[in-house]
Formats: sequence, structure tokens, C-alpha cells
Amino acid sequence: MDLLAQYLMNGVMLGLMYALVALGFTLFFGVLNVIQFAHGDVLTAGAFAGLAGYALVVRAGVQASLPQLLTVVLAATLSMAVLGAVLGRTLVLPLKGAPALNVLLATLMGGTALRECIRLFYPGGSQPQRFPALLPSTAWALGRFTLRLDNLLMLAAGMALVLGVSLLLQRTRTGLAIRAVAQDEETARTMGIDFRRVVLFTFALGSALAAFAGVMNGLYYNEVNFGSGLLLGVIGFSAAVVGGLGSLSGAVLGGFLFAGLQTLGAVVMPFASAYKDVFAFGMVILLLAWKPTGLIGEPLGERV
Amino acid sequence: MKRRAALLLRLACFLVLVAIPASAKETVKLAFIGPLTGGNSAIGLGGRNSADLAVKLRNADPTAKYQYELVVLDDECKPDTGVQVATKAAADRTIIAGVTHYCSVVAMATVDTFHRLALPTIVWGAVLPDITYGHSYKEIHRVNGTMVNQNETAAKLMLAQGFRRWVVIHDTTDYGKGHNKYFTQFVTAGGGQVLGTFGVTADQQDFTAELTQAKARNPEVIFFGGLTPIGVRIRAQMDKLGLAAQFQGTSGIVSDDFIKGLGPLAEGVVAFREGGPAEKLPGGKFFLEKYAEQKYANSPEAYGPFAFAAASLLMDTIEKVGPDRKKVLSALGEVKGKDSIVGTITFDDHGQNTVAAITAYVVQDGKWVVWQDSEYASGRRKLKGR
Repeated sequence: MDLLAQYLMNGVMLGLMYALVALGFTLFFGVLNVIQFAHGDVLTAGAFAGLAGYALVVRAGVQASLPQLLTVVLAATLSMAVLGAVLGRTLVLPLKGAPALNVLLATLMGGTALRECIRLFYPGGSQPQRFPALLPSTAWALGRFTLRLDNLLMLAAGMALVLGVSLLLQRTRTGLAIRAVAQDEETARTMGIDFRRVVLFTFALGSALAAFAGVMNGLYYNEVNFGSGLLLGVIGFSAAVVGGLGSLSGAVLGGFLFAGLQTLGAVVMPFASAYKDVFAFGMVILLLAWKPTGLIGEPLGERV
Repeated sequence: MKRRAALLLRLACFLVLVAIPASAKETVKLAFIGPLTGGNSAIGLGGRNSADLAVKLRNADPTAKYQYELVVLDDECKPDTGVQVATKAAADRTIIAGVTHYCSVVAMATVDTFHRLALPTIVWGAVLPDITYGHSYKEIHRVNGTMVNQNETAAKLMLAQGFRRWVVIHDTTDYGKGHNKYFTQFVTAGGGQVLGTFGVTADQQDFTAELTQAKARNPEVIFFGGLTPIGVRIRAQMDKLGLAAQFQGTSGIVSDDFIKGLGPLAEGVVAFREGGPAEKLPGGKFFLEKYAEQKYANSPEAYGPFAFAAASLLMDTIEKVGPDRKKVLSALGEVKGKDSIVGTITFDDHGQNTVAAITAYVVQDGKWVVWQDSEYASGRRKLKGR
């Protein structure tokens, strides 16, 4: 029982990170019908921006971990929101109307460039960097289950963020505008919605989410490296597709589902745990064969 | 004005010193290949600097017949990149010999390349036995020992500390699989028990699923066969899951980066490596002094002395038989009882150096300390669960 709780906790932490990445993919696809493949590298860049912010406040003499944490989160999310909007403006919007493949390629290349920039220009960027532990390290041992306060805090913050995004889309005028663009761009324009602004805001929002996932990833593992976002990007994308691209709840469901499959893969194949990713991706392929539009299909009205 | 004149004078002296031997002697090229970027780059750069030091010392020696040039190539610790740069080096006929590879996977991938293109090489850090014993190619030599000796010593020492129950986690490259095979073999023969074995990928980030299962089996020691980057992750995640077992690693984690990546969590981690620490080697003092004089940005790390010894041996051979691959190759086949800073070198018929002492290390106060000199051996500090 205690073991099951531990597996569940491990899986939920992973799932939340995947879901945050998947949300970005689904938002971008929702408003523009594009796949933004630099998303994983935006996550890495976010984690490194947070790390740079941390180095700055430490140099400024700030000792308390709460202001340090706030700086890390703000540096990561704000800078990535700007970067996301810039990527949207320079790589995605100009290619609007071109085949979807072009956007996919352009962002893939943009992501590679971003990754290499981190590797080459961040001090010591080619080495894994130690990410500071800024959350309280209180832990309770319940049998073989270790419950950590920092995990609970991250979980709460991540959940709140997902809920916040959902509320933003459902309850605010900006959210209404995003949904309108997602549903029908032409009509939205004739209703007086500033299409470009909505698209750029969506890119900023999705990228800030990825940055948050990057910081969470750093705090959870206490390490980041320039390739961190590579696999996370692929997993986030798969999660969004399995859940149903364009659907908010689908992305969250897909994220947790993928984490569940990975954990299951490692548990049911104890002597082949190296193949847990093979198992998880294999199951994703099967799921897609069964439901090509994703678990939560794409009823037009709900698309974000 | 005065300072400028002094500078000019110094510059002139330097130019005279450098230019005279350079113009008088034929230049001979050697290749150095190692991981210069990525998670294992600290060791790679230490090896590069050490080989570079050997070349600089030789070039400063007026009795040397040739001027040497080190061609440095980065294998990134990846087999595909390794084969590319190995092909580049071996296909260049002006390169006479190579000091090659720290990562076993890469060293294993390139043996065919060096054989096909007939470049004599000496491995300076990779420990998989098959690199020298898995074929009958004459081109491949190795100055450091193999993981067979390493794991025999590791099993003996840990059993002597009273440990009996292990869980093995290894990466699924040849390096990790080899360590799993030999350690399991020696530790079970000595009366220990392996409660579970987990293969993990070499770039895996999350180990919580494996470690949760390991924890359920209640081991005394987690044995890790793999390199520094995932070693750091596993040790850190053990702590997060409240897994309080002793952590034991292989030569792959004996690097300053391991301690830097973990901070206080590294304390008490045990690992084993071929050869001794630089300061205890026969020529260690000389090596470390000369290394310090060059003011390299990185330390020589664990395998620097081997890279230095390999480069020196190649240059000694070239001095003797001339810059000719074939002659160098046949001369290397006859190396017996040759003195070097890592002790005497004797190649067996597979090119493997047969003199291979193993040293045990433990992390004490943020440093890798030789086990026998540590407070853990003297009983002032205790390993986990002792």
C-alpha cells in the first residue's frame, strides 16, 4: 500500500510536468493549427533563465529562499513569455497560410538554435547545472512511502496554474477572444478581435507555462542541462496528441496518462526498466490507432 | 615606455625559443580523442590537458628528434560522433598515432575504424575488457586496467565491510552492462546477494520508479554501474525518496563533477578506479608540478596521468623508430616493463597493460580520498548502516 502511494506520487509529479508542457502544444494548435516544436527548448531556456535569475539575486546578497524562489519563477516565466511571443511573431505568424510542415520545420530549427545557444553561451552550459533546492526539504516517512513537502507545494502550485489557465479561458474576455479565434478566425476578426494580439498572447501564455514546468523540473531533480527539454517536449507533444490536440482537459489527461504508462512500464517490467519509454510510447501508438483524434475528441465548440 | 621595452624583449626571447626548434625539426602529429563537451567533459578536458602537457614537455626537450603537434578531437562520449572523429584522425596520414577515448561505448565502437585504417592507438581511460580482449586487432592498446580487476577489488572491500545485500542499477551501454556482469559475479561468489538489477538508459532523468522498487527490497547498498551525470541524479533521487542505503559507484563517477553536482549528498560515496591517485603514482609529483605550471583551467582529473603516459609512450616510440605507423605499431607490440608516471607498462598480446593496481576511494569533506587514508577506513566515520 505504502509502495503504491510512492508510485502514485512519483507518477503524479511527472504527470503534472508533462501536462504543463502539453497545455502549451494544445494552446498553440488551438489558435493557429500549428505545432510549435521549439516548445521543449523553451522549457530548457526557462529553467536556465531561472537559474540566471538565482545567480543574480545571490550576487545581490539575498539570502532568504522565498525571494530567491520568486525571482527564479518570475525570471523564468516572464522572459519565456516574451521569447514565446517573439517566436510566434518571427517563426509562426509569417508562415501562416504556408503548409503546416513549414511551421513545424521552422520551429524545430529554431528550437535547435535555442538549445545550442544555451550550450554555447550560458557559462558552463555544456555541463549539467546544479539547480538550487529552494523549497523546504521537510519529509515524512510513512512506511516505505516518503512524502515530501516540496513535492506537495509544487503539486499545489502546478494544479493552481492549470486551473488558472482554464478559468482564464472560460471566464475572461481575453479567454473569450482566444476561444473565438480558435473556433473561427475570420468571424473573430469581423467581430473586432485583434487576431495578432490574441495569437501572440497565447504564445506568451503557453511558453510561460513551459518555463514554469522547467523550473519545476529543476526543483524536482535539482539539476538542469541543455537537453532537458528535448524528451520533455516530445512527451508533452505526445500527451497533447493522445489527449486530443486543441483540448485543454485532453492535454492534462494525456500528461498524467503518459506518466502513468511510464511508471507502469517500470513496475511491470522490473528487469527491463530501461524499456519503460519504449513501453509508454508503444502504448501511445496503440491509443492513437484506436482513437486517431485523441481520447477527448475535438468537438468544435470546446476547442481553445 | 620601460614596460613596453621589457615586453618586447620578452616577446623576442619567446620567439627565439619557439622558432628555432620549430624550424629545425620535422613536425609529427598525434591525435587526442576524448569527451570535451557534455556530462563527462571534465574528465575529457583533464585528459586533453595531460596529453597536451606531455607534448609541450617533449617539444621543450632539445634532444627530441621531432616537433610534436596534438590534434584534439571531441567524441562527446557518443559512439556515432566517436566513429566520425576516429575516421577523421585515422584517415589523415599525417597523424602517426592516437591517444583515444575515455568512454567505453565509444572506444568499443571505434576499434574497427582504427584497425581498418591502421592507426596505432592507446586507450587512456575506457575500462571495458572487450576493448582490448574482444578482438585480435594489433592497433588497440590500453595503459589503464579493465573493469574485471576493478569489480573484484570492489566486491572484496565492500564484503569486508560487512555489506551483504545489494541492488544493482546500471546503464544499458556496454560500460554499465559490463560492470553489472562482473560485479554481480564477484559479489555473489563472495557470499553477497543481489536483490534486484535495473538497467536504465544513459540519458534518463527520472529514476523514482526504479528506486522505489529498489527501496521495497531493502538493500544495504545501491551499486551503480555508469557515468557521472546519471550517478548524480540517482544519488540525489535516492535522498528524495528516503532511500538510506550506502551508494557505491564505479570508475565512471570518480570525478570532481560528481561532488560538485551533489554537494553534501556526495559524502560517504564509495567508488573504485584503476591506477592510483596522481600524487601517489611513481611519477605523480613530477606530473602534478608540471601540470600546475601550465595553469590549465581544469584539473587533470582521475585519468589525466594515463593520458599523459599514453602520449609519452607514443612519442618515445616515435623517437625510437621514426614517424611511421607500421614501425610504431610493431614497436608498441614489444613494450615490456617500460617506466611511466603510472608505473611500469607491459602490453600483453592483446595490447592490454597487465600491471593494473586498483584504488578504492570514498568522498570525505567534498574530496575523493583514497580509502586507506580516509576516516571511514580508520573507523572515525561510518559508511551508511555500519
